[in-house]
Amino acid sequence: MSGRSPRVGCVSEFDAATAAVQAALDAGARYADARVMHRRYESMSARNGEIEELTQDESVGLGVRALVGSSWGFHAVPDLTDAAARDAGRRAARIAAASARVPGPSVDLVPVEAATASWASACEVDPLGVPLSDKGDLLVDATATMAAHGADIAEGLYQIWDTAKWFVSSEGHRVDQRIRECGGGISATSIGDGETQRRSYPSYRGQYGTTGWELVTSLDLSAHAAQVAEESRALLTAPLCPAGETDLILGGEQLALQIHESVGHAIELDRILGWEAAFAGTSWLDLAQLGTLRYGSELMNVTIDPAIPGALGSFGFDDEGSPAVKRDAVREGRWVGVLAGRDSAAVAGLDYGGSVRADGWARLPMVRMTNVGLEPGPHTLEEIIAATDDGVLMDLNRSWSIDDKRLNFQFGCEIGWEVKKGRRGRMLRNPTYTGIGPLFWRSMDMLSSETVAWGTPNCGKGQPGQTGHTGHPAAPARFRNVRVGVRA
Amino acid sequence: MTELELAGQVVELVRRAGGPGAQAEVVVTRADLALTRFANSFIHQNVAESTVGVRLRVHVDGRTAAGSGSVVTPDGLRALVERTLTAARLCPPDPAWPGLTPPTPAPAGGPVDEAAAYADPDERAERVRAFVSAAGGLETAGYCRTAHRSSAFANSAGHTAHWRAVEAAMDGIARSGGADGVARLCADRLADLDGAVLGARAAVKARAAADPVELPPGRYEVVFEPAAVTDLLQNLSWFGFNGKRYVERQSFAEPGAAQFDPAVTLVDDPLGASGLPFDVEGTTRKAVTLVEAGTTRAVTHDRRTAVEAGAESTGHAIAGGATVGPMARNLRLAAGGDASPAGAVPGAWTPGAVADPDTAELVAQVGRGLLVSDLWYTRVLDPKSLVITGLTRNGVWLVEDGVVVGAVRDLRFTESYPRALAPGGVLGVGRVPVRQPDRVDGVWWEAPPVRLASWHFTGGASG
Repeated sequence: MSGRSPRVGCVSEFDAATAAVQAALDAGARYADARVMHRRYESMSARNGEIEELTQDESVGLGVRALVGSSWGFHAVPDLTDAAARDAGRRAARIAAASARVPGPSVDLVPVEAATASWASACEVDPLGVPLSDKGDLLVDATATMAAHGADIAEGLYQIWDTAKWFVSSEGHRVDQRIRECGGGISATSIGDGETQRRSYPSYRGQYGTTGWELVTSLDLSAHAAQVAEESRALLTAPLCPAGETDLILGGEQLALQIHESVGHAIELDRILGWEAAFAGTSWLDLAQLGTLRYGSELMNVTIDPAIPGALGSFGFDDEGSPAVKRDAVREGRWVGVLAGRDSAAVAGLDYGGSVRADGWARLPMVRMTNVGLEPGPHTLEEIIAATDDGVLMDLNRSWSIDDKRLNFQFGCEIGWEVKKGRRGRMLRNPTYTGIGPLFWRSMDMLSSETVAWGTPNCGKGQPGQTGHTGHPAAPARFRNVRVGVRA
Repeated sequence: MTELELAGQVVELVRRAGGPGAQAEVVVTRADLALTRFANSFIHQNVAESTVGVRLRVHVDGRTAAGSGSVVTPDGLRALVERTLTAARLCPPDPAWPGLTPPTPAPAGGPVDEAAAYADPDERAERVRAFVSAAGGLETAGYCRTAHRSSAFANSAGHTAHWRAVEAAMDGIARSGGADGVARLCADRLADLDGAVLGARAAVKARAAADPVELPPGRYEVVFEPAAVTDLLQNLSWFGFNGKRYVERQSFAEPGAAQFDPAVTLVDDPLGASGLPFDVEGTTRKAVTLVEAGTTRAVTHDRRTAVEAGAESTGHAIAGGATVGPMARNLRLAAGGDASPAGAVPGAWTPGAVADPDTAELVAQVGRGLLVSDLWYTRVLDPKSLVITGLTRNGVWLVEDGVVVGAVRDLRFTESYPRALAPGGVLGVGRVPVRQPDRVDGVWWEAPPVRLASWHFTGGASG
C-alpha cells in the first residue's frame, strides 16, 4: 500500500510486525502473527441546529499474538520502533507460557494460504477529505429542520473510520489493507408527560458502510427531517400497540437487527464452543446438528459474505490473513455454516475460518460477524401488506434484548402501523414483539426482494470489550402468530 | 517524560499555535491493562496492553473541538494540536462553552497497590487456577483482570492534577448441567482477589441451579443479589441521573422529590475505591449523594450541563460526554442496618442457592417470590419512565415461606426501574455491600442484596 505513515523514527509497518513475530518465535512460540494498525476516526454530532461535538482521534500501534504449545498470549504497544516491537513479541510469548498454568486441549490452526496481498475498500469521495464545514452544515440543516417541525430533541450524527493495517504471520502472510467506513443519520425525540417518542432516519444513529462520503450524500438527511420530526410528535398521541398474537411484518432495518442478534451471534463458533460462556454467552446451536437442523422456513437463506461491496462487514482478508469468501450459514431453512476462526474451526473439525477481526491494534482478534444477511425473497413490502388480513407492521429498532443462548428475544421498534384487510392503517406507539429464535424464523412466510445491506457499527463482544462493525443484508418480511405489545 | 509533563507540553503547543486566547484542556493517560480469560476450565485468551493516550479539547475564537492520539513524539503531539485547532476553527460557534476549570487544589494521593499495578501473567493465571480448582470439577469460565492507569490533567487556565489508579477484578461462572452460578469481585488490592473463594461460591450456586422448572410470567416479589442490583444502578446512572438527559427532560429525576423508597440511598463515590479524583475537564471528584433516604437530591453534571441546569459541575465529565452526557460510574447503594448479619438468619442455613448470610436474611422474609442472581441484556424501552426489558441469568430460585424450594428457568422481565424502587417498593436492603466490576476498569457498582415487593416478569424461558 502506498502512502500512509503518521510516525517518525520508526521502522516500516511490515518491518515492525515482522520483528514482533520473530521475537515471539525466538521466545518459544510455535506460531505468531502481528498487526500494525493505524486508525483515524472522526465524528460530529449536532443537536437542534447547533454542532454538539466534533471529535477526531488517531491511533497507531501493534498487537502480536503468540501460540506457545497450546496456549495463546497477546500483547499490544503503541510504539512501532524495532525494540518495542520485539519486546511486544517476547511479552506475548511470556503471557502464552503463563496461560499454560491452566492448560486446555491441543490447539491447531486450519490451513490457509500465506497470502502476500494488498486490498482497499472502494471509496468515491474520501470522507475525511470532505470539508468539516460542509459536513457540519449538513447536520445543522437537518437538525434545525427537525426542530422546526416539532422535535424537542433533534439530533444528527456522522462517523468516519479510516483504517490501514499491516498483517504478518510466521507462516508467511504479508497483507496490507485500507478500509474506509462512514455513515450517519438523524433522530427526532418528542417528549410527553410520562414518556418520550423517537423517530430516526435511516436508522437510529445512522446507516454505515465500507464506502466513501457518497453514502451519506445518498441518504439525503435533510429531505427526511420534517417527516421524522412530525412522526415523533404524532407518536405521543398514537394508540398503544395492542397486546396479543398477530401476524408481524418487519421493515428491513429491524429485520437486519433480528438477523444480527438471533442468527449472527448464534452461529459464532466461539460461542458454540463455550469460549464466551461467562460474558457474551453461548449458543442454542449444537455442532452435532450442523447440516441437519431446521433453523427457519424454506424462505430463509442466510449467507456469510465479507466480499459485498460497500457493506459494513466487508474486507479483503480477516485479521488472521484468511481471504474474504462467501459461505452459506442457512440454506432453505437448514443450518449449514458458522462464523469461525482458524483455531475454533480446528476444534470443531471444520476446514474454514475467515471471520476473525480485532477492534484496533490493542485488541485480540476474535470471531466476529462479517456481513451476515438474508438473500432476497420473491415479494415486495406492498405485496406483503396486501396479503395480510390482520397484523402489525413495525420498523426501526428502538430496543433489543436476547438471552445468553440467543433464543429468547424481545425487540421494541420506533413505530408501528395497524394492518387490516391488506391495508396499512393507523400509527401505533411503543410496538414490541417477543419470541424464540427458531420458532420465529420458522414462521416467516413472506420475504421481500427489497434488500438493503444495513450496517451495525456498535456490536459489542469480548473481554476486554471490542466494538465490531457488521453488515446485514435484509428486506421486509412477514412472520405468523407473533406475540406483540409486551409492556411493563 | 511524565504524563504531567506531556500534558503541559500540549497546553504550551496550543498556546503557541492558537495564540494567547486559545483555551486548552489535556488529559494524558498511560495504562497497563491485562486480562486473563478462561472458558471450558482453561485459559483460552490472555492479553495485555501498554498504551498511552492524549486527549485534547480546545476552544478558540468561540469554537470548540476535541481530538485524541496515541503518538506522543514531538511530531505526534504537534500534529494532534494542529488538527484539533484546525477542526475548531472550521466548526460553528459554540455559545454554550462553559469555560475551563480554574486552578483547584488537587486531592492528596492515596496508597496504590503496586502488586496490582505490576501484576505479571502468572499471578493472574494462579487466581484462575484457584477458581477452576475450587469449582470441584464443574466447567468454569470468566476472567481475572488487573489495571493500572497513570493520568495527568492540565489546562491553559493553569490547573493541573495527577493521579494513579489501580484495580483488580475477577468475574467467573461455574456450570452444572446447563445451569450457571456466578461470583464477581472488584478490589483495590490484588491480594483481595481470592480465586478459590469466588470459584467455590460460583460452584455452590451452579449446583443449586440444576434442574430448573419453568414458572408462569407475572409479578413476583424478588430478592436481587448484588450482581443483579448492579444493573439497576447502571441504568439509573445512565438514564436517570445523567445531567444531559435531565436538562433535556428525558429523565424521571426530580431533585427534592421523594421518588424512591426511604430504604434507598445512592451515593456516587469515586474516591471510595481506587479511582481518578478528577474528570476529563479537571473538576475534582467527590462523593455525590444522588438519593438520600428515598429523596432525589442531585443529578450528575459536567461543566456544560451544569451551566444549562444552573448548577455546578459534579465532576462527571467523560470523553464524548457532550453527546452521551455525564454519568455516575462509581455508584453505591447504601447498606441497611449494621454490617454484621451473621447469625441473624433463623433456622439452619448452609450455602447453596443462598450463598451468604446477608442474602439469607432477606430470603427468610419472603412469603412467595424469586431469588435472582444476575440480570442480562437489559435495554431501555422508554428512557423517561425507564421501562427496561431484560432477562435473568446465572440462577433464579423460587422461595416459599422463607425457604428456597427449587431452581427456576430464566425469565424475561419488562419493568420500570424507578417504579420498582418507589416508596413501598423496597422491603429490605442487605447489610454487606459487594463491589462489582464493570466491563471497563475504573467503573464499579457496589450494593448489598435487596428485596423488592414486585417485579414484572413478562415471559418464560420458552417465550
